[in-house]
Amino acid sequence: MSQSPAILSTQNLVKEFQGFRAVDGVDLNVREGTVHALVGPNGAGKTTLFNLLTGFLPASAGRIALGGRDITGQPPEHIARLGVARSFQVTSLFAEVTACAHVELALQATAGLGRSFWRSDKQMRRFTSRAMELLDQVGLARHATRSAGSLPYGHKRALELALALALDPKVLLLDEPTAGMGLEDVDRTVALIGRVREDRTVVMVEHNMNVVGSLADTVTVLQHGRVLAEGPYRDVRSDPKVVEAYLGADVA
Amino acid sequence: MTSFLQQAFNGLVSGGFYALLALGLAVIFGMLRVVNFAHGALYMLGAFGAVVLSDSLGLGFWWALLIVPLVLAAAGMLVERLLVHRLAALDPLYNFLLTFGIALVCQDLMRMKYGSHSQPYAGAPFPGSLDLGLFTFPTYQVFVLCVAAVVCLAVWLLLTRTRIGTVVRAATERPETTRAFGIDTGRWVTPVFGFGAGLAALAGVLAAPMRAVNSSMGADLIIIVFAVVVIGGLGSIPGAVTAGFLIGMLQALGNLYVPVLSQTSVYLLMAVVLLVRPAGLFGKEEHA
Repeated sequence: MSQSPAILSTQNLVKEFQGFRAVDGVDLNVREGTVHALVGPNGAGKTTLFNLLTGFLPASAGRIALGGRDITGQPPEHIARLGVARSFQVTSLFAEVTACAHVELALQATAGLGRSFWRSDKQMRRFTSRAMELLDQVGLARHATRSAGSLPYGHKRALELALALALDPKVLLLDEPTAGMGLEDVDRTVALIGRVREDRTVVMVEHNMNVVGSLADTVTVLQHGRVLAEGPYRDVRSDPKVVEAYLGADVA
Repeated sequence: MTSFLQQAFNGLVSGGFYALLALGLAVIFGMLRVVNFAHGALYMLGAFGAVVLSDSLGLGFWWALLIVPLVLAAAGMLVERLLVHRLAALDPLYNFLLTFGIALVCQDLMRMKYGSHSQPYAGAPFPGSLDLGLFTFPTYQVFVLCVAAVVCLAVWLLLTRTRIGTVVRAATERPETTRAFGIDTGRWVTPVFGFGAGLAALAGVLAAPMRAVNSSMGADLIIIVFAVVVIGGLGSIPGAVTAGFLIGMLQALGNLYVPVLSQTSVYLLMAVVLLVRPAGLFGKEEHA
C-alpha cells in the first residue's frame, strides 16, 4: 500500500487517571483512506484513546492532529464538526426515539438548520428519505419506526453505525462495531464498513480478528497503554511479541 | 358539593404554584444534574421583588411580572457562571451544598432587612370575585391558575416543538451522543439555569398578592415542591407539572375530608410512589 499522508495522528499522547497511565505515550499515524484497527487485550487503553481522539477526555500530555491541524484540547462538538464521527461502546441512543428519527436528528445536526427556531415537521421530512437510505444500508429499514430502546442489541449497534454515517465524516471511529452481533449481522457490518470506507478513513477498535483481518490495512496493537506493534495484519499477527501478549490464544 | 368544588379549585391554584416551581427545578436538574436548593429562595425573592417595586418605585403588578423574573433569571445566570459551573465537575453534593447555602444567605438577608413578619402587597390586580353560579372564586386566583397553565403549556411547546427544545432534551438524555453529533451542549447550560430561576421568580410575583410575603415563604413551600418533583419523576417535565397539580388537589381535598392527614398526605403519596415506582410517576430508570 502506498503511503498516503496521515489524516489523524498523535504524538506522545498520555492519559493519566490518578497515577494510572491508561494511555502512555502513544504515537499513532492513521493514513488517509485506510482502515486502521486498534486491537489489544481489555484495559490496553483502546477506548481511552478513542475518547482522547474525539475530545471526550482531555489529554494529560502529548498532541493530537487532524489533517495537520492541532486539535488537542478541542471540545468534542468541535472535533465532530471538523469531520470526525464516532460510535460508542456503551449504548448511547435515546430510548424512546424511533430509529428513523435518530438518523433524522443526526442529519439535521450536520445540516444545521441555521437560525430557524421552530422545528417544523416539514423541515424534518426533508431528511426522512436520506435517513431511510442509511437505515437500509445498515439493515434496519424494517425497524425504522421502532423506538431505539425496543431494538435488540445487534440492531442498536447497527443504528449507532447509521448515526455515525449520517454525520458523513472524513474520519469514522468505530468502537467495537460488531460486539454482541450475531454472525449474519457481523457479515453485513463488515460488508457495510467495506463500502463506506471507499471515501473516508476508518479507525476501529475490534476484538473479532476475522473482522480485523478482512478490513484493516493497518493494525496497531496496544498493551498497557503503549503501542506494542504496528503494521499490516499479516505481519502483526506473526509478531512474536503480539502472539505472546494477545493473539496467541485465538489465532496462532 | 359547593365546598368540594371550592376546595378543588383552591387545590388547582396551589397546584399551579407547585407546577411552576417544579417545572423550573426539573428543567435545571435535567440539563445540569443539579438539584437547585435555592429554588425556594428565588420564589421568595420574586415575591419580595414585587413588594419592593411597588413600595419604592411605585411600579405595579404588571411591571413586576415582567421585570422581576428577568432580573432574577439574570442573577441566576450569573450564579451559574460564577459558582455552580465551577463545581459541576465535582461530586453533585458540592452543588447541593452551594445552592443550599445560597438559599440560607438570601433568606437571612431578607429577614435582616424586613424582619420575619409578612409584608403587605399593595398592587394586587383583579379585586373581587368571579361568580360561577354554584360557587365564587377570587378573580385573581382564576388569573393565577390561567397563567400557570399557559406557562406550563408554553414550556412544553418550547421543549418539544423548537430547535432549542430539541437540543436541550437531547442534551438532557444523552449529553455525549449529542456532542458527538457536533452540537455544543455547554452553551445551553447557563440559559437553562436562568430560565428555571425566572420561572421560580414568576411564581413568587404571582404569590405576592395572595400569599404572606416573608423571608421563610420559600423554605416552607420548597419542601413540598421537592416531594412533587420526586413523585413526578426527577427531571421529567410532564411529571413535574402533573404531580404539581395532583398534589395541590390532594392537599386541598385532604383538608376538607381528612384534616388530620392534610400535612402528611404529600409524604405518604411520595412514600407509596417511591415504593411502587422508584423513578417517579413519569420518570425513567437511569441506565448506566
